[in-house]
Formats: sequence, structure tokens, C-alpha cells
Amino acid sequence: MLAYIIRRVAQSILVLLVVGLVAFAMFRFVGDPIDNMLGQERTQADIERLREQLGLDQPFIVQYWRFLEQAIQGNFGLSYRQGRPVSDILIERLPATLELAVVSGLMALVGGIALGIFTAIRRRGVSANVIMTLSLVGVSLPTFLIGILLIYLFSVELGWLPSFGRGEVTDLGWWTTGFLTESGLKALILPAITLGLYQMTLIMRLVRTEMLEVLRMDYVRFARARGIRERAINFRHALKNTLVPVITITGLQLGSIIAFAIITETVFQWPGVGLLFINAIQFVDIPVMAAYLMLISVMFVGINLIVDMLYFAIDPRLRADRTQGGH
Amino acid sequence: MSDTPAPAPQSRLRRAWDSDFTWSFRHAPVAIVSSFVVLVLILAALLAPLITPHDPFNPATLNLMNGFTPPGQANAFTGDTFILGTDDQGRDVFSTILYGMRISLFVGFAAVLLAMVIGVTLGLLAGYLGGWVESIIMRVADVQLTFPAILVAMLIFGIAKGITPPEYRDQMAIWVLILAIGLSDWVQFARVVRGATLVEKSKEYVQAARLIGRSPFSIMLRHILPNVLNPVLVIATISLALAIIAEATLSFLGVGAPPTKPSLGTLIRIGQEFMFSGEWWILFFPALALLALALSINLLGDWLRDALNPRLR
Repeated sequence: MLAYIIRRVAQSILVLLVVGLVAFAMFRFVGDPIDNMLGQERTQADIERLREQLGLDQPFIVQYWRFLEQAIQGNFGLSYRQGRPVSDILIERLPATLELAVVSGLMALVGGIALGIFTAIRRRGVSANVIMTLSLVGVSLPTFLIGILLIYLFSVELGWLPSFGRGEVTDLGWWTTGFLTESGLKALILPAITLGLYQMTLIMRLVRTEMLEVLRMDYVRFARARGIRERAINFRHALKNTLVPVITITGLQLGSIIAFAIITETVFQWPGVGLLFINAIQFVDIPVMAAYLMLISVMFVGINLIVDMLYFAIDPRLRADRTQGGH
Repeated sequence: MSDTPAPAPQSRLRRAWDSDFTWSFRHAPVAIVSSFVVLVLILAALLAPLITPHDPFNPATLNLMNGFTPPGQANAFTGDTFILGTDDQGRDVFSTILYGMRISLFVGFAAVLLAMVIGVTLGLLAGYLGGWVESIIMRVADVQLTFPAILVAMLIFGIAKGITPPEYRDQMAIWVLILAIGLSDWVQFARVVRGATLVEKSKEYVQAARLIGRSPFSIMLRHILPNVLNPVLVIATISLALAIIAEATLSFLGVGAPPTKPSLGTLIRIGQEFMFSGEWWILFFPALALLALALSINLLGDWLRDALNPRLR
């Protein structure tokens, strides 16, 4: 168990180092940093001085090490476009993305499990079949089209909900939240649905498949033969055994939610880090791109690590295999 | 997967018609309809210059007075009629869709081809050679799999954009897109091919080939590759739908095909601006085309997966 954890942590650190290398290479080789910092009027002496000051005359490894040192302290330099420290911009934007991601993640989890159970139990029912067909269409619909469709319905035609922005936000000093005002909550509805719908269909299909599989098992048949009520079988025996893969997938989907937030944020002009990243690509704002990459990798790798540990803790059957043979 | 029977030899039409594969095709209405839709769309895109009433990217054929003509109605000034209406610059929406679909399909096919070549090559190498080659390839695959493909594609696009000089960016955008989507999507192929190769490797025909002194590369190419192609075909079909959606997404976000060479995603991006002012057709028809394309390829891939996998029958 301990060996496994140590190996997973070592792997995660390796991944982060590789990502750090990519981010550093972006800084170093995409465009000339000197060009980006000095204007048109410069002398050779200026260039030499800045080169030395930035440490660009040092060997590659030394530069990379320095970059990592700075990155761990959260220092990614100035945004080419806004001229402000990248870390400040990220901290300012992060609450918007996290609130959106958490709300849509919860929605996907609760809705997905409920619909999954429903469609598994009422396998031959008409409504279950309708839901399954709709989910197939939902998987094929690109996220941005779902967003546009919702905007068209609820903002343009019905005029019920705002089509862009975050509404009125409350500043808590270190965090800005949209949860406390009516307009903030209203503005959250459409983006959260857009972002969560795909994950919801995914979780729903997974829960349904797992449920159907489990309901065919001998122990369920015997439970039924023993005269245990249908409801107890479904929820106490079957559901519990479907949860392991659901937790894994949900955890891994958290990463995708953050990535797909880029799309949702652009459709709704939601002022989060995703929109920041897209703008950074459009204007080739390398420090912002590199910082976003590092931030999101730490999140992804952390989530993966936690999910692996959880998996391990929940399902005792895995412990024996994993410690022996690797994976 | 390994013992999947290959589709019957095509030497006799009759035998091909009677094979399991065509039998399951003839008995799957969804597959027939979706492959028909895909074929029609591909043909329409290929023949765009012949079908479309005018070339939407030739300024000489455009008339600004035709701007915002609703679909099927005559324009108030010029009296011209367009089946799907016109956009703000008087471009025929039907024509822009066909030309846009050309770009979407081209990027999709080219990206999947790139991903397939990279993935199959690395998968074969990893599975057949094993050892450190395998560790490195699969470790890289694991790292890349940690990140969603669309994010990887965006990042590659951003870096490539930073490297190309500004005056070439619009010209190169299509190729950069192909590179970005292709490189973000090879892992699936590599993993499946590696798995299948591991199974094939221990079979007698491979050992026989090795005994008579065939070189590893000729064994990989001539003997193993043909036997691992079934799953590759399935993944390629599903990847095509994903690649088309990825391309549309990137272009929609403004980090893909430029407005001078619009794909379906770019057209949707342009159309979105007019949604609030009531010109719905500029947005609606490109979106519908994208949906039809992605959905029918997806359905075809679904059917193909079931048809080529005898365990599911």
C-alpha cells in the first residue's frame, strides 16, 4: 500500500516536471523574451544587460531550475497583454471558474446518478427509452452548441436569464462570489447546465450499465428469492456496488469540467480562467498560457492522485492486486 | 478482439454480399441512414464548386445589398432569392456551409489520419519490441491522457501560433489545426494497437515468421498490422466525429480556422453575433450541418463497433 502511494506520488511529480518543462520551453523558445520586454528603441548594451538580468546566458538546466523555483512561488512574470503579474490575474479569475465547475459537477453527479438508476430499473419503460435516446443526442452535441441553444431559448426568446457575464458579485476580500445575489445566481444557471450536461449523460450511462450488470448478479437474484423488497435490493445492494467506477469517472471528469469550462466561459463571456486562456492564445500571451498550463496540471494531477487513493480505499479487492503487480 | 473474422475476401461480389459484415449492415437501418447522410454530405462538400450558386469567397460575385436576406424570400432591393438566406456581407449561406464543410471534413480526415499513423506506429513498436521502447511510449501516452484532448489541441495551436510569423498565421491556421488535433488524439490508437499486438505476438504465425528469419519490421508491417486493423477502423470512425467537433470547437472559440477560410465552427461563431438581432438562419443552418455530420458519423461508428466485435452479437 505504502509502496504504491509512493510510486503514484513520484509519477505525479514526474508529470508536473514534464509539464513544467513544456511551460518553460514556451517561455524560452516561442518568441524572444527580450523582444517582448524591450521596445523598438534599444541598444546592444540594453539587450546584454537584460539577458544577464533574466539569466538567459545561463545553461538550459539552470534556467529551467530557476523557472521552477519561481513557478512554485507563484511567480510567472507579467502578462504581455495586460502588463500585470500573471498570478494576480489568475487569482482574480479563479473564483468564477471554481464556482461554475463545482455547481455543474454537483448537478452532473446528482442528476446523472438519479437518471441512471431510473433508466436501469425501468429498463423497458417508455420514459427511460426517451431519456436514453436524448442522451445519445446530448453526447453528439458539441458543448458550445448546447450553450448557444440555451441562450437562444432562455435569453433571446423567453428573456428569463442573462446570456453573458456573472451578474452582480460580492467581494469577500480574497474571493468573489456570485452565490449571494439574485443576478449572480441567475447568471450561473445557463453556464452550469451547459457545462454539466455532457458529464451528466456520461455518468447516467455509466450508472445504468453498471446497475444492469449488478442486477443480473447471483446475489441480487438470491436477495429477490429471499423476498427482500425491490427498493431495498435496488438501493442497498445494487447501487452500492455500482459506485466504485462512478467515483473514478466522476473524479476524472472533474478535470474535463475544468477544461470544458474554457468553452462554456467563452460562450457566456464568463470571467474565469478559461476565458483568460482563450484570450491568451488569441494574442499569444505566453506567460498567461504557461501559468494556466501549470495551474491546471497541478489540479489534474492532484485530482487523479486523490481518485486513485479513493479507489483504493473504497474497494478492498484491489489492494492485494495493486501492491503486487503494479497496474 | 484478435479473433474477429476479417471481412470476407472481396474477390467475389456474391461472397462479399453474404458476409457477416454486409449482412449486419443490411439489417441495421440506423447504419444505412447514417452512412447515406455521411455520403451525401461528403459528396456535397467535394462538389461544392459545382453545386453552389456562387463562390462565397470571390468578392466579385458578392453584392452587399443582398445582406441579411431571409431564407427562401426575395431580397427587398435586388430581388435575388437564396434558399438558406445570406449573411451580413450578402454571402449565400448555403454556399458558405458547403465550402465550410469542405474545410471541416478536410481537417477532420487529415487529423485522424495523422493520429492514426502516429498511434499505430507507436503502438506496434511498443507492443512488439517491449522493453524501454514500450515504457517510454506508454508513459508519454499516460501523461498526455491526463489532459483532455481539446486542451492539448488548444495548447499546441497556441504554441504553433506563437512560432509562425504573424503574416503567415491565417494561411497556416488549417495545417496548425490538423497538427494540433492529430497530435492530441494518437493515444487511443497507440493503446489499442499495443494491446492487440501483445496478443498477436504470441500466436503461432508470428513465431513461424520469426523462425524463418523475417525482420521485426516486416513482421510488424506485413503480419501483425493487418490483424489489428479492425479496432483501428472503429476508433478512426469515432475519432473522425470527435475531430470534426474539436475543429468546430476550436474555430468557434476563435483559435482555429480564420474568417477568411471559415469552417463550420467559424461560421457558427460569426452567426452567433446575429442571434440577438433576429437573423437566426446565419447561425442555425451551419449548426444543423455540423450536427448532422457529427451525429451520423457517431452513429456509424457505434454500429461499426458492434458489427466488428462478435462478442457483442
